[in-house]
Amino acid sequence: MSHLTDIPVALENLPSTHNVTPLLNEVRHALQALLTTGEATQIDLRSIPLSDRDVAQIQDALGVGEVEIQINALGPSMIKETTFAGVWWVEHRNSSNELTGRYIEITPVPDIVPSAMSDIQDGLERLNRRVE
Amino acid sequence: MTTRKDLTVGEALRTQGISRRGFLKFCAATASMMALPPSSIPAIAAALEKARRPSVIWLSFQECTGCTESLTRSHAPSIEGLIFNVISLDYHHTLQAASGDAAEEARHTAMKENDGKYIVVVDGSIPVKDGGVYSTIAGMTNLEILKETVAGAAAVIAVGSCAAFGGLPAANPNPTGAVSVSELVKDKPVVNIPGCPPIPVVISGVIAHFLTFGLPELDNLGRPKAFYGTSIHDRCYRRPFYDKGLFAETFDDEGAKKGWCLYKLGCKGPTTYNACATMKWNNGTSFPIEAGHGCIGCSEPQFWDAGGFYKALAEPTGNFTTTAGVAVAAGAALGAASGLLNRNKQKQAGAEHETVTADNLEKEQTS
Ligand code: SF4
Ligand code: SF4
Repeated sequence: MSHLTDIPVALENLPSTHNVTPLLNEVRHALQALLTTGEATQIDLRSIPLSDRDVAQIQDALGVGEVEIQINALGPSMIKETTFAGVWWVEHRNSSNELTGRYIEITPVPDIVPSAMSDIQDGLERLNRRVE
Repeated sequence: MTTRKDLTVGEALRTQGISRRGFLKFCAATASMMALPPSSIPAIAAALEKARRPSVIWLSFQECTGCTESLTRSHAPSIEGLIFNVISLDYHHTLQAASGDAAEEARHTAMKENDGKYIVVVDGSIPVKDGGVYSTIAGMTNLEILKETVAGAAAVIAVGSCAAFGGLPAANPNPTGAVSVSELVKDKPVVNIPGCPPIPVVISGVIAHFLTFGLPELDNLGRPKAFYGTSIHDRCYRRPFYDKGLFAETFDDEGAKKGWCLYKLGCKGPTTYNACATMKWNNGTSFPIEAGHGCIGCSEPQFWDAGGFYKALAEPTGNFTTTAGVAVAAGAALGAASGLLNRNKQKQAGAEHETVTADNLEKEQTS
């Protein structure tokens, strides 16, 4: 057994924490804010007491939308738009595939997606060296 | 020439070939580690970009190495582990390759080069009885090493319940006269990170906080409020059952199977302040209560002498009724009251030093 994730985990019928509805309400308000002021919101799901069942329920309620992005930087990250445009499900994992962050982001596109100017600069320099 | 030590955290990460996306991910994990909201990520990114890599001297005294184990096991290749790559761990009894004179030399060099700026991390308590003879390293007592090393430090981080509160070595009758770091160090800021062991991300979170925004805000026991600000009970997913008066009575009854509250099985969640219920263990997999066992209060002073782990803090006497509103109100009031009561009871048990045998445990579980 080399990784924690290799241990088979069966979901017991864990009780719900009743945090699902308030959370969906928060997403609703954040979406409204995005429309009216352009302000983006990030919700750290690991800072709220949620059972695995809650997480599954929230995921179910939001559904899977049109866009799926995988990023490989310090381990894989999965970024999926939900069925509600502008509401993204974001999961970061480390190089052992262990979860390091789980967020709902309410934004046109999560910050981590677009290429950063510093990396573009770095890429240009590498290309220059190769072509010159 | 810039040596690795002169690099800022941002530069150190870039020289390891980490992209901006990787850096942002690192900052998100750091925010989460520091229990800060995601909106603080840009500020963390800016601060980490500029922060100098601190020199850290790690001293291990009377301890079981569980704290170092907690940290290194779950961290090897993880993002949080990078915090440890960006600090300059100049001396660590257990992890360093050097030994003997070379190891002590490394400690002295780090102290001289970073005078007034280095961080001292301590795990384990310090024996002071009989001149401190019960634990020595390189011919020096733990007490001498601590005094010498702390003299030029910026701050001291006491990792684990032994360093923070004395821990198991200080358990009655405390044969070695074990004391905590804060009982000896009075002229430097001391941050306590108790737990037996502490949650690894809390250790790296405090170091990250020191790097970015300086020392974190502490509670009256010297613990960072961000991680020890709420009780296990207040963040426990079994809390709705407590509030309704639904308790497991044994570890295998119907209530236990349905995931009811573990209060009557000795859960110390109501008097214990720690981040287990949200940060969880094994990289967020689960925590003791989720695995069906009550909290034993490992991040509180005297937890080792506070009576049986399987003894209920106090019988919940609230009149649990069927209407949700009333039940919740009664539960909330009981929560606050039993908190107070239990603290007294803990103290009392500590004073009486009730001896616990395996037999007692059996009895307590089944009674
Ligand atoms: S007593 Fe323990 S199991 Fe019950 S709600 Fe409180 S912390 Fe959770
Ligand atoms: S649940 Fe309680 S005993 Fe267990 S690790 Fe957390 S604070 Fe310690």
